Amino acid sequence: MNRVPAELRYTQTHEWVRVEDDGTVVIGITDHAQAQLGELVFADLPDVGVKVNASDEVCVIESVKAASDVYSPLSGKILEVNEDLEESPSLVNSDPYGDGWLYKMDPADPDELSELLDADDYSHYMEEDED
Amino acid sequence: MPFIPHTQDDIRLMLETIGLSSTDQLFAEIPPSLQHSDWSRLAPAVNEMSLQRQMQDRAKQDEIRLNFTGAGAYEHHIPAVVWEIASRGEWMTAYTPYQAEASQGTLQLLYEYQSMMAHLMAMPVSNASLYDGASSLAEAILMAIRCQSNSNIRRVLIPRSVHPFYRQVIKTIVRVQHIEILEIPFDLGKGQTLVEQLSLYSDQQLAALVIPQPNFFGTLEAVDDLTDWAHQQGALVVGVVNPMSMALLKPPGQWGKQGADIVCGEGQPLGVPLASGGPYFGFLCCQKKLIRQLPGRLVGRTRDRNGKEGFTLTLQAREQHIRRSKATSNICTNQGLLVIAATLYLSLLGAEGLKQVAIASHTRTRQLLEALRAIPGITVVFDSPFFHEGVIHLPLPVKSVCAQLQAEGIEPGFSLTDHYPELGECFLVCATETKTAVDIQVFSAALQKILAKGVAC
Amino acid sequence: MLIFEKSKKGRHTAHHRSEAMGDCSDIPKHFLREEPLSLPEVSELQVVRHYTQLSQKNFSIDSHFYPLGSCTMKYNPRGIHRMASLTGFLSRHPLASLSHSQGFMAIAFDFQEMLKEITGMKGVSLTPMAGAAGEFAGVLMIKAYHHARGEDERNEMLVPDSAHGTNPASAAMCAYKVKEIPTDSQGNLDITALKKAISPKTAGIMLTNPSTLGLFEENIQRVAEIVHEAGALLYYDGANLNAILGRCRPGDMGFDVMHMNLHKTFATPHGSGGPGAGPVAVNERLLPYLPIPMVDKQNDHYHWLTEKERPHTIGRLSTFMGNAGIIIRAYLYLRLLGREGLARVSEYSVLNANYLRKRLQQLGYTLAYPERRAAHEFVLTLKREAKEFGVNAMDLAKRILDFGCHAPTTYFPLSVPECWLIEPTETETKEELDHFVEVLKDLRREMKETPEIVRTAPHTLPVVRLDDVKAARELDVVYEWAH
Repeated sequence: MNRVPAELRYTQTHEWVRVEDDGTVVIGITDHAQAQLGELVFADLPDVGVKVNASDEVCVIESVKAASDVYSPLSGKILEVNEDLEESPSLVNSDPYGDGWLYKMDPADPDELSELLDADDYSHYMEEDED
Repeated sequence: MPFIPHTQDDIRLMLETIGLSSTDQLFAEIPPSLQHSDWSRLAPAVNEMSLQRQMQDRAKQDEIRLNFTGAGAYEHHIPAVVWEIASRGEWMTAYTPYQAEASQGTLQLLYEYQSMMAHLMAMPVSNASLYDGASSLAEAILMAIRCQSNSNIRRVLIPRSVHPFYRQVIKTIVRVQHIEILEIPFDLGKGQTLVEQLSLYSDQQLAALVIPQPNFFGTLEAVDDLTDWAHQQGALVVGVVNPMSMALLKPPGQWGKQGADIVCGEGQPLGVPLASGGPYFGFLCCQKKLIRQLPGRLVGRTRDRNGKEGFTLTLQAREQHIRRSKATSNICTNQGLLVIAATLYLSLLGAEGLKQVAIASHTRTRQLLEALRAIPGITVVFDSPFFHEGVIHLPLPVKSVCAQLQAEGIEPGFSLTDHYPELGECFLVCATETKTAVDIQVFSAALQKILAKGVAC
Repeated sequence: MLIFEKSKKGRHTAHHRSEAMGDCSDIPKHFLREEPLSLPEVSELQVVRHYTQLSQKNFSIDSHFYPLGSCTMKYNPRGIHRMASLTGFLSRHPLASLSHSQGFMAIAFDFQEMLKEITGMKGVSLTPMAGAAGEFAGVLMIKAYHHARGEDERNEMLVPDSAHGTNPASAAMCAYKVKEIPTDSQGNLDITALKKAISPKTAGIMLTNPSTLGLFEENIQRVAEIVHEAGALLYYDGANLNAILGRCRPGDMGFDVMHMNLHKTFATPHGSGGPGAGPVAVNERLLPYLPIPMVDKQNDHYHWLTEKERPHTIGRLSTFMGNAGIIIRAYLYLRLLGREGLARVSEYSVLNANYLRKRLQQLGYTLAYPERRAAHEFVLTLKREAKEFGVNAMDLAKRILDFGCHAPTTYFPLSVPECWLIEPTETETKEELDHFVEVLKDLRREMKETPEIVRTAPHTLPVVRLDDVKAARELDVVYEWAH
């Protein structure tokens, strides 16, 4: 069973969001998503400083058998990307909620956060998706 | 039945297994109104023997004495080994190496091909082939636009000295994606694209500049200056080159201060017969940082679970079977067998042999141009360094002169009157290592005779 | 060992092939190559032996049963290869004058006419160099048609979820948005979903029939009506006509435009991944847009049709006129078949597919669409086996290789989980099919008794399972010479 940490928020396209103490957010893909993709070989991350809208395709992550778009869960400005992924894309597989994060952003609209799924909703959503 | 091995017993047993009584029932799901039965407008079957006889006659109709036409397809000697080996059933009747373990022959060969092509171009990456020269330039331009996607600049400069058919293909393939193609004139005296002519486009936000070497006229372009100019503008450089010439000329990876970014072209000179224009193959090379925008197949060297070296298709997530509408290209099947021939050709010739062919071809063309220049009324149009092709101006209409030479079994070259009317009565000639001093003499004597007659009346 | 590793400096062996002569002293030095050129220095025998040995590491039609679905790995008649290799055909320059081209042009013209008859269409252009290039040409013609009618707002192309990846990719290259249409439980296009998706923005729909599921689209006439009523056009992906050759014609089904893969239905060699050819055929309304050049005939004299004669053409797709050598081969194949041979191809390719399908079902394999009749190919799903024995469709495919058969197409179509697409073709004997059934019988036993052997297959080939992840993460795509 794939891990769904309780403290995070989720999207139906399998991204997660963590709100930091300073109000910025960290974004990555879920354990379920990395398992579906298989071993990652490349992450094409966004440019720092770019402004994005919620649901924009912000990066592409690539395994041997698939390439998948990552849709930004929130609107805002990209503050930082995980440069360790350039050398070790496998971090997304081994630690999707930790060292395998993708990018940090400054959210433009705090209301958007409340529209995301919580851990329970996301778990239910995945179960339905399985059927 | 030709090619169908079933006996009446086989058919009966197979139908029994399926639970049917006739093969017609196999097609029961096709609505009767769609079943078509009148094929009388097609001819009945012929056997191999009669067909061979007919085809010998057809093929004979197209045989000629001497060919001096190049213009993008070049008549080089092809060592016997190339097609003896390339025609082996194991090469000819395999398909795309999807099952890597059962296709190590093809995959290793493609890795060797990519390596040879990359060395020839002095570029770090080569794909495993595209369709032909023109379509590879179209793909190279689309790739350049993708590489510039952050800035969303969609303007590309193409010199008019690029093959006219390549420019036509680009119009077909590229324009539909709202990419602006600007054609750059060449210097009428030199037959070259001048950096001064480009300065009009300085600071105009360019995605790429295409640089041909040699260009369509055989003239050498000032590739270093052009490359540096493009890079100053933030544009990518797309080289389109004759691979044979690269044994002799500065390869695109060495152009200017940084080298070309993407290189493409027609692979035909490397072991592929003229054959009415195809199948040939296109090649595409690029700098390493652009590799994820490369279209087409790519083979990588890896290891198997026992640690043994092996080869496999790699970075497939770029391709249509995975990425579908977001793929780098729709290309699937490419020109595998021609790449096999080219790899054999390059292995047989080696660096030294390839250089010999290039030098011999260039020398023969130089001799041809000298012989033609000596004929009263004829001029060699461009006074610039060239490689194995040149433009001749005639005192009489090109088309009628060419027709008279063709009647004598000589294909004299490619008339430029339709594509470059500004040059007047001109045609493009080429001699390769396959032409002898006698061949050149036959050509120039025939031409001299026709001109003398024409001038007389 | 790579050819580079067999190279030795100073082994000069190329001299006997052409005259070493002349110089390039007229070319200024700054144009010349300074960088040493690293190509292998090997003898002719070394080349022959190296590439003969490499070829023997391949599975091919000539050496192995090759039931690779959607690829139509049928026998490629050798006589055709010999005839297409006649000197006059190989030596003809693509820009040769008409007087030195009548032989080839006669073949091209006759072939255009034959394809019109076979497809029920009104015009044919032979220039696209592969199926995907044909799709691009076809979709671009649809675009040109709508543009001419002032309907540029049509910017969506519909594609079934089971379609080959080239369909959406080709539509995207023509700047169309792609909308996927699901398949219903019987394997047909979901008509309700189609009706929902279609709108004044729809430019067309790209369909394969029989579909990539190996099923004849039973509602095809209804689909054509719906699409045409909405002012959109129907594209037929004729990658494979093997199941309908000599029986029914896309033109009669209501399609407006299609391409054909000559390296599939028309038996031209697959060449380790090409060359193919993808001629396009159109009905009346798309006739003006066909890509150039085409061949026409007047008073027994053949001439080219270019943009001068065809001002509305979408234009040129290849430097010259596409893969001429493949066109000659496909023409020769049709001549050998004759009108009486066409229906035989579909008759026996469909018989072979249905026979094999039934035998495999009897062994306990699960058909994706058991109620339907198979066309020239069929889909199995190995979902149950994957769950029960922990071996997936790829493991099983790799194990088949150990038994000396090529594997079926794996994980395609994408709409069926853990699937195989199996296409035996009409040129295989019943004995060969029975042998394959025996192999799959052994495989069933193995997945139960010794699944580890399956999971780690293949075991008997030049290499065992390759590390794809390493290949992608530590890219090594060009050999580095040690100077």
